[in-house]
Amino acid sequence: MLRRSPNNVGGREPLLRIVRIREENETRGILLRILAVVAALLAGGIFLWALGHQPLEVYAAMWKGSFGSVMSTQGTVKIAIPLLINALAVSLAFKMKFWNIGTEGQMIVGAVAASYFALFHSDWPHFVLLGVMAVAGIVAGGLYGLIPAFFKARFSTNETLLTLMANYIALYVVQFLREGAWKDPGAKGFPQIARFAANARLSLPLGVHFGWIIALLLIPAVYVYMKYSKHGYEIAVVGESEKTATYAGMNVRKIIMRTMFISGGLAGLAGMLQATGADRTLTDTVAGGVGFTAIIVAWLANLSSPVILMVSMIFAVLEKGGGYIQSMFKISASAADVLQGIILFFVLGFEFFIRYRIVLRNRGE
Amino acid sequence: MDINYISSFIFAVVVAGTPLLFATLGEIITQKGGNLNLGVEGMMYIGVASGFTVAYYTKNPILFILAAVGSGVLASMIYALLTVTLKANQTVTGLALTIFGTGFANFVGETITTNSPTRTAVLDAQFMSFFKPASIPGLSSIPILGKLLFQYNGFVYASLLISITAGWFLYRNIHGLNLRAVGENAAAADASGINVARTKYLAIGFGGAMSGLAGAYIAVITAGGTWTANSVSGLGWIAVALVIFAGWNPYKAIMGSVIFGALRVLRFYIPKQVVDIPNSLYGALPFVVTALVIILTSVYNSKEIQQPSGCGINYDREER
Amino acid sequence: MEKGQAKLVNAIELKGINKSFGTVVANKNIDLTVRPGEILALLGENGSGKTTLMNMLSGIYHPDSGSVFVYGQEVHIVSPQDALSLGIGMIHQHYKLVENLTATENIVLGTRTQGQSTKVLAEKVRSISEHFGLEVDPNKKVYDMSVSEKQTVEIVKVLYRGAKVLVLDEPTAVLTPQESQKLFAIIRRMRDEGNSIIIITHKLNEVMEVSDRVAVLRKGESVATVITSETTAAELTELMVGRAVDLSIERPVTEKSEPILEIVHLGVRNAEGIEALKDVNFDLRKGEILGVAGIAGSGQKELCEAMAGLHKVEKGAILYYKQNIVGKTPDEIIRLGISMSFVPEDRLGMGLVASMGMTDNMLLKTYRDAKGPIVNRKPAKDQALSLIQRLGIITPDTETPVRKLSGGNVQKVLLGREIESQPNVLITAYPVRGLDINSSYTIYHLLNEQKARGVAVLFIGEDLDVLLELCDRIMVLFDGKVQAVLPAEEATKEMLGLLMTGQKLDQVRGDQHASTKS
Repeated sequence: MLRRSPNNVGGREPLLRIVRIREENETRGILLRILAVVAALLAGGIFLWALGHQPLEVYAAMWKGSFGSVMSTQGTVKIAIPLLINALAVSLAFKMKFWNIGTEGQMIVGAVAASYFALFHSDWPHFVLLGVMAVAGIVAGGLYGLIPAFFKARFSTNETLLTLMANYIALYVVQFLREGAWKDPGAKGFPQIARFAANARLSLPLGVHFGWIIALLLIPAVYVYMKYSKHGYEIAVVGESEKTATYAGMNVRKIIMRTMFISGGLAGLAGMLQATGADRTLTDTVAGGVGFTAIIVAWLANLSSPVILMVSMIFAVLEKGGGYIQSMFKISASAADVLQGIILFFVLGFEFFIRYRIVLRNRGE
Repeated sequence: MDINYISSFIFAVVVAGTPLLFATLGEIITQKGGNLNLGVEGMMYIGVASGFTVAYYTKNPILFILAAVGSGVLASMIYALLTVTLKANQTVTGLALTIFGTGFANFVGETITTNSPTRTAVLDAQFMSFFKPASIPGLSSIPILGKLLFQYNGFVYASLLISITAGWFLYRNIHGLNLRAVGENAAAADASGINVARTKYLAIGFGGAMSGLAGAYIAVITAGGTWTANSVSGLGWIAVALVIFAGWNPYKAIMGSVIFGALRVLRFYIPKQVVDIPNSLYGALPFVVTALVIILTSVYNSKEIQQPSGCGINYDREER
Repeated sequence: MEKGQAKLVNAIELKGINKSFGTVVANKNIDLTVRPGEILALLGENGSGKTTLMNMLSGIYHPDSGSVFVYGQEVHIVSPQDALSLGIGMIHQHYKLVENLTATENIVLGTRTQGQSTKVLAEKVRSISEHFGLEVDPNKKVYDMSVSEKQTVEIVKVLYRGAKVLVLDEPTAVLTPQESQKLFAIIRRMRDEGNSIIIITHKLNEVMEVSDRVAVLRKGESVATVITSETTAAELTELMVGRAVDLSIERPVTEKSEPILEIVHLGVRNAEGIEALKDVNFDLRKGEILGVAGIAGSGQKELCEAMAGLHKVEKGAILYYKQNIVGKTPDEIIRLGISMSFVPEDRLGMGLVASMGMTDNMLLKTYRDAKGPIVNRKPAKDQALSLIQRLGIITPDTETPVRKLSGGNVQKVLLGREIESQPNVLITAYPVRGLDINSSYTIYHLLNEQKARGVAVLFIGEDLDVLLELCDRIMVLFDGKVQAVLPAEEATKEMLGLLMTGQKLDQVRGDQHASTKS
């Protein structure tokens, strides 16, 4: 009648148990996230040491490579700009639990639309041209983001996969233009698109293209939008529960599509800025993986705009520094990518401790 | 267009579809256990990089396979630890794995090629000979049919065997039933006495092993033993889409991988004189078709063919 | 009790069990014994800790301290697997079945089948069921089953694994009176074969009817254990609540007035395209509470949502003072000046945003009122503060996420918000489900207040006793159709039970008449 059980029957209480924390604490959350980054840097340090380098030396060099001189600081900021704007775009969508992995593609499409005007209407007055390019970038990116949103809203299509596919398709669109209709006749060998005329380029306040001013303006704008506007409230409710949103009379489909238009639009703007400000032309690498890094940034910042500013700078340092240490220590530039991945792992892992506690076996009753 | 042309096309299709089949099978089992692992692309890259490195330095085919499969399993364990034990968000964790895996592979590749005098890395010819197409005496030399059925490399036959076994496992075996229960309703499985965490870990590990194996395939067959950057280039994502296309069914996955294999090699079999399609369109084709597949399956979804309800949700017994 | 044998060892013995969730103490120093061959009722109001205690027996939770003995041997049950191998089987209130598998597959899940075919296993299932008088179709898919059939599968599941101790959590909550009687007969049969059965319940009449002994829990502590035949309902109530309490519900008399809402030939399809409501006709009058009884899935959910403008209506009309509101969104309905409020069954999943505080939840219906794009939180916060005071809501502050509040307080927030807009029609679905007695009575009081103000209240409920006491009229739904609408005074529990399973009114009335005569 009494069957023997494989584990603890008649035996001891388990050594470790996890217990859900009922009273969550915001400070605890922030501390744990900082701890996660520190732990990740430690892990990265061990990895570097295993490769035969002095971790502190390498990290110090990364810092020097990012801020050591005016020019390097400018370079770091240049990297941060598209990352920051993309992360803001991601945060809008993620708040709605719409996993927009497609800011990479939305950025590219925005760049393409803007480039059209740069290449074929460079005779327009400077500010008109730039204005039109910005609008084109926003609209194109917005529409590109609207497509997966439409299918998610209407058919519950998996947005993660759809936005991902859209990334790859956007890349091939650029390749198509590069090898075909927009091919630079003056280019020798590898087909590419011509450089933009001076009239189509952004000015350089403080040595970095105008994008940094736009990025800084966007931060409070997105913050206010999310926290205090009616749209922001709707996004939060839809993200929590579509059922509740419908019950409250919200038009969930409209909200999903509107938010993704804005999200895609921001990414598209980032694409325009990158193409005219940084690259001065349109290439396959106008986004260069920033769409994925932006996801890590947004998640690490817990979707909060001001924190996104900070985290974008940290990641820009990692990347700029990564390029610097490549020449200094012969460490592959991809080390920065590896480190970013490790940071995200640690952040995801440490989030556990925000919600749970480990309980040791009671010693005596 | 003669019969030889068609048979060589079919041959190419199978060869191109096999890595997809491995990765898809792995993710089907993973998802049947209620885990949405978007890290397939990253795990495949890790498999490619680890396998290639071991092959480059040891020239041993067994170690090569072990390295690729083992590293895939290890990578998947990161995902398992984070989502099953630490209950992190499945979508983001999978993405993190992809980002990490891609970076890792680039890192390894750049390190090896930088240190090589020719700035390239090529696997030893004798090592490569272990993976040449099979030649079964008598069968392989049958005209046409011989090429179509009996001249594939070992991986292809392995993939078919694994598909059939997976199908049997899911639908005819009690452990497969338990897995399906865990994926649909972890609370019910738990209450039935099933060890939910262990089941999930095993399913995820199998997915990692398959992705690693796909990576091994890409390293020696697709890339022909030469280190290539971006060798996976989206195949992992196509595999995830293929899981949906196949309705989480291992048998249908075979058909799906054949179709997508065809899309990948189409450009080499439609001569430019007949119809001139730019390279970029061929490149985009698998992704466009995948997007259409994703859209169409959601438009026409049926009650019986659905993603296991547990995907995306982390089970916590004490959650009230 | 003593049948000339030596006293047998207790089947289950719990000593000094403690369990807390954060700062909430669920079980405090509880002792409990269950003998072989007895039916023990674990009685307590909602929130008294009964389910938590039994969850520790079934391996879902682990006690913070205390000991558990099974047939005299001390054990540590840390997983459902342990409980099952000890012969303890729990039938949960919310069934743990995999919907798209068959009965047999659910039953053999997690067991060693040694490669036996589905046919052989189905046979085994059939023979066990027959032995205990249970009816199960081994090859039927769970999603095709009724609630009572699902419960049967849950029972067979634990019997298949050789359970000798069965724990049933609120088993009759979703059963009709007739189905409950059948269940009791089965339980008695099991008891007579030497099994031990623990029934978790808050229903006194069940306790009196079927149990041998009763263990009473109050606020997480065990208060008393008595022999059922030696106690009364009144005594048990006092033990359960802590004071002598009159559990009757007031039913104020109001002036009967004209219908405010008329439902005419309503036809609605559910998400799967199946007809959920078929030709439904009834009216709702000002100053009355109309109760809706029915087994789960009879169309209650679709009825509420259709009336609130949240569900597509295929046929028929919903007339508000003769104006048809079918096809209008909730927003449009509000703009027409129609004030209807809906308190849904799914409180945290639909009616409230779980991670937001009271203030932001107050905004749910009113956030559009502010002029301009910015949300105005001040009036919402004032509203929240006023509700906290008026309804006695226990919460640290207005910004604490509502999911941290207890069930009773969550419902007060939800109902409170809905009443704030001073609706003319109030639709409530299972408003006191899972609530402790005090909170339940607060809710009844609030509803009566609304009724006295002339509001038309629709009350979808599952406790027939409550419906009979609180409501003026009762409507019974079965399979999407209105079986009857009766004045409460003319209805009995048995009549309602029969109507709920599809019997026709005249036949039920005839039976009733015949039974009262004899």
